[in-house]
Amino acid sequence: MSESIDRKTSRIELVSRRGFLGNAFGAGAFVLGAGILPVNALAKGAASLNTTADTKPIAAATWHPSIFIGVETDGTVRIIAHRSEMGTGIRTTLPMVVADEMEADWSSVKVQQGFGDKAYGSQDTDGSESITDFYDTMRTAGATARLMLVRAAAAKWGVPSGDCTAQSHFVVHQSGKKLGYGELAALAAQQPLPKPEEVVLKNPSQFRYIGKGVPIVDLNDIVTGRGVFGMDIAVPGMVYASIERPPVLGGTVRSLDDSAAQKTAGVGGVYTIPTFTAPHGFKPLGGVAVIADNTWAATKARKALKIEWDNGPHAIFDSEVNKKQMMETSRKPQKVARKVGNVDAEFAKGGGKVIESQYYTPLLAHVPMEPPVATAYYKNGKVEVWSSTQNPQEVQNSVAAFVGVKPEDVTCHVTLLGGGFGRKSKPDYASEAAYLSKQIGKPVKVVWSREDDIHFDYFHTTSAMYFKAKLDDAGKPEAWLQRSVFPTISTLGDPNAEYGRSELDMGFTDVPFHLTNHQVENGPAKAHVRIGWLRSVANVYHAFGVQSFVDELAHAAGRDPIDYTLEILGPDRTIDLESEHTEYENYGKPLKQFPLDTSRLRGVIEAVRTKSNYAQRKAALAKGRALGFAAHRSFLTYVAVITEVEVDPQGKLTIHRMDLAADCGQVIHPDRVLAQFEGAAVFGVSLALYGEITASDGRIKQSNFNTYKVARITDSPRVTHVYLVPNGGAATGVGEPGVPPVAPSITNAIFAATGKRIRELPVSKAKLA
Amino acid sequence: MPVTFELNGRSTTVDVSPETPLLWVLRDTLNLTGTKYGCGIAACGACTVHIDGEAARSCVYPISSVSAKRVTTIEGLSMDRSHPVQEAWIEAQAPQCGYCQSGQIMTAVAFLKKTPSPTPQQVDAAMSDNICRCGTAQRIRKAVLHASELMQAQGGAR
Ligand code: FES
Ligand code: FES
Repeated sequence: MSESIDRKTSRIELVSRRGFLGNAFGAGAFVLGAGILPVNALAKGAASLNTTADTKPIAAATWHPSIFIGVETDGTVRIIAHRSEMGTGIRTTLPMVVADEMEADWSSVKVQQGFGDKAYGSQDTDGSESITDFYDTMRTAGATARLMLVRAAAAKWGVPSGDCTAQSHFVVHQSGKKLGYGELAALAAQQPLPKPEEVVLKNPSQFRYIGKGVPIVDLNDIVTGRGVFGMDIAVPGMVYASIERPPVLGGTVRSLDDSAAQKTAGVGGVYTIPTFTAPHGFKPLGGVAVIADNTWAATKARKALKIEWDNGPHAIFDSEVNKKQMMETSRKPQKVARKVGNVDAEFAKGGGKVIESQYYTPLLAHVPMEPPVATAYYKNGKVEVWSSTQNPQEVQNSVAAFVGVKPEDVTCHVTLLGGGFGRKSKPDYASEAAYLSKQIGKPVKVVWSREDDIHFDYFHTTSAMYFKAKLDDAGKPEAWLQRSVFPTISTLGDPNAEYGRSELDMGFTDVPFHLTNHQVENGPAKAHVRIGWLRSVANVYHAFGVQSFVDELAHAAGRDPIDYTLEILGPDRTIDLESEHTEYENYGKPLKQFPLDTSRLRGVIEAVRTKSNYAQRKAALAKGRALGFAAHRSFLTYVAVITEVEVDPQGKLTIHRMDLAADCGQVIHPDRVLAQFEGAAVFGVSLALYGEITASDGRIKQSNFNTYKVARITDSPRVTHVYLVPNGGAATGVGEPGVPPVAPSITNAIFAATGKRIRELPVSKAKLA
Repeated sequence: MPVTFELNGRSTTVDVSPETPLLWVLRDTLNLTGTKYGCGIAACGACTVHIDGEAARSCVYPISSVSAKRVTTIEGLSMDRSHPVQEAWIEAQAPQCGYCQSGQIMTAVAFLKKTPSPTPQQVDAAMSDNICRCGTAQRIRKAVLHASELMQAQGGAR
């Protein structure tokens, strides 16, 4: 009896030894584990399909199931989900796919959150890829379970399994007799795993939930206040910590007077956390922690600390100065990342209409509604952590390294996340809690205040971009040069890094226009704060630069921006960056499977134009109103946006309507996909209108929602329409790709309304009247 | 000094330092964690509760001033998510991460009590006290208007 089957990119195994699952499942339960195969195993995996039986298990020691499906004897189907829930609905959607394929009745399905454990494979919930990576595997797992349940019933009845079908939690024989999944659980567990070719997926017409959706599993808990977020964790004997961190990156404590703090009611001690040694990575920043018996007492006593800091070299950081330097860098020739034809020669020929433009975007903070928070208990060389985290295994690794234990000695319980947006992939806050617990010998909860969150974020980077194009008489670009300069995320591991890599592949090297002379460059910049990834990452600034520039060219050519974009997009084709010898990461996915397909970009542009009634509305706009457009591919998904704004005579901006068309391949959970794009519209409004973090003397100047504004309901589009463009292809990202085109669609609309070109975000800095 | 007040219909006494905000008393002392922290400066609405029926920011409301008052938190709204605002929230599938939603719901309930049939503009104005970083504005707008209909159908505010 084989222990596992490999099918395409997935492996399913029958779980007999429960190991790290503990008592997650009851006795007699039928449990399958499922996961994707690592890329290096795929070649062998494909071979194993051809040679059918007796295949040697692939890298059994390194492969682990990501999800576990159990049928309990009482009929409950328990699914342990391994991804973090931060608002996308993934904790519901992946189990829903399994349930559909196994013909489980959703009302009998219970979803449980998996611990952080490398036994789940990667749990990093980042990069909008949970569905792309796991859809096929979840279906295969569900179909395998269904087949085994059918065979169990057939064996019990002594009938051919072909005469039995699974129907909503029962196996039904053609005679009409039936057995429930619970009754079949123990028998199904005795069935040998089917051969890969025996596992037949449902025909899409048979789907109950896929493509339709179910309410998120946490909905009732959320509306009654019972959902448990990291902020809501309480463990017996727990104390609370509030930490005063070095105001400048890399700063250290020169002197500390904690006498007043120690005397404050409820305070149970003051502890110093060492400043990291470079590189900073996900290590804590260091500082001084006040321990107290509740959050408020800790926060209050912390204010009584008297600390003198040695600020170190980053005390020179001033965002205005930095901006000037970056803008200057972007005006000079830089390292080439993509080259088509010869831009220099074309510009040197002279003639045509030359347009040059520079754009700037500031640092941004993530500000998830729930600030970073973690609870940890260090005991006898083992650590237990409860945290809002996008990446529990990174919690294990980081905590282990920081307190000197092995990663497997760290258990990470994943709570609901009150938003993540990339911030909660970086577990510095969990290490703080573990470190303090080790000092104190009690469980410690570290709560970041909103001020801490804003001062000590892993900021979305600032960027300066330069564009230059030469248009022929018809307005077609004959040469196109683009440069981007930004402190890079790579500084996490190498503080001296000055050039980007992944960032360039996010909306910059992959500019999709049909250009005979095209050059993409990247200039150096230094980081003086921690730089991290925020929802959509570099696509945020690159889409702003590229889509603003296209709009400028369209106006220079006297053309409608949508017509112009479609024209320079050129004939439908896939852009073969590999044969151009352009390095391109394609979001970690093969270009063959997920090509850069201009026909899909055209598809969403045409869809949004038609569905939003663009032409008619443009022809009949009320005074002060205008439409703006932008389109962008990111995370393998194509999105086009049309935004209607109004600028009144006082310069007050109102966003009346936003229409987004998206091609994200197959849609698994339509309502949650719509919600992601609706949310992206608001997230885009926040960063377009208000988002700006600045520093002087190395210190961040903003501190809370009063100085770092985000969009409220009154700033949000009055109406948002989302159109999902049908595409039978594989499901691609939805969490991030809605964001990038939003800001340029707004600023392009502002130009159309007022003639004012916004080349620097946020819009709130510009006078629109 | 002990402070006594009515919490979700029950008389409750706590003994904490008098300037402690109600938010932290609810969360840390009384283990009622449905009320959330988001800013601590009355800027985001995550901590919204009702004090004597009015929406209030518990993060800036010292426990000493709660004495003898009536406090309702999300946990006290209904035992079974049957409040029309909760029903409307479920129907609109408003939450994404859910963290802001207790505060949103508490703001909406207090608002609808005063303004049973609001216009969309009034809804926006009232709900602009609350931030949702996930961007559920459109669903919230819809849910509040729908809740108003449900409440009318059920014969007025609760
Ligand atoms: S936490 Fe009270 S308003 Fe934000
Ligand atoms: S649902 Fe996440 S902050 Fe509102």
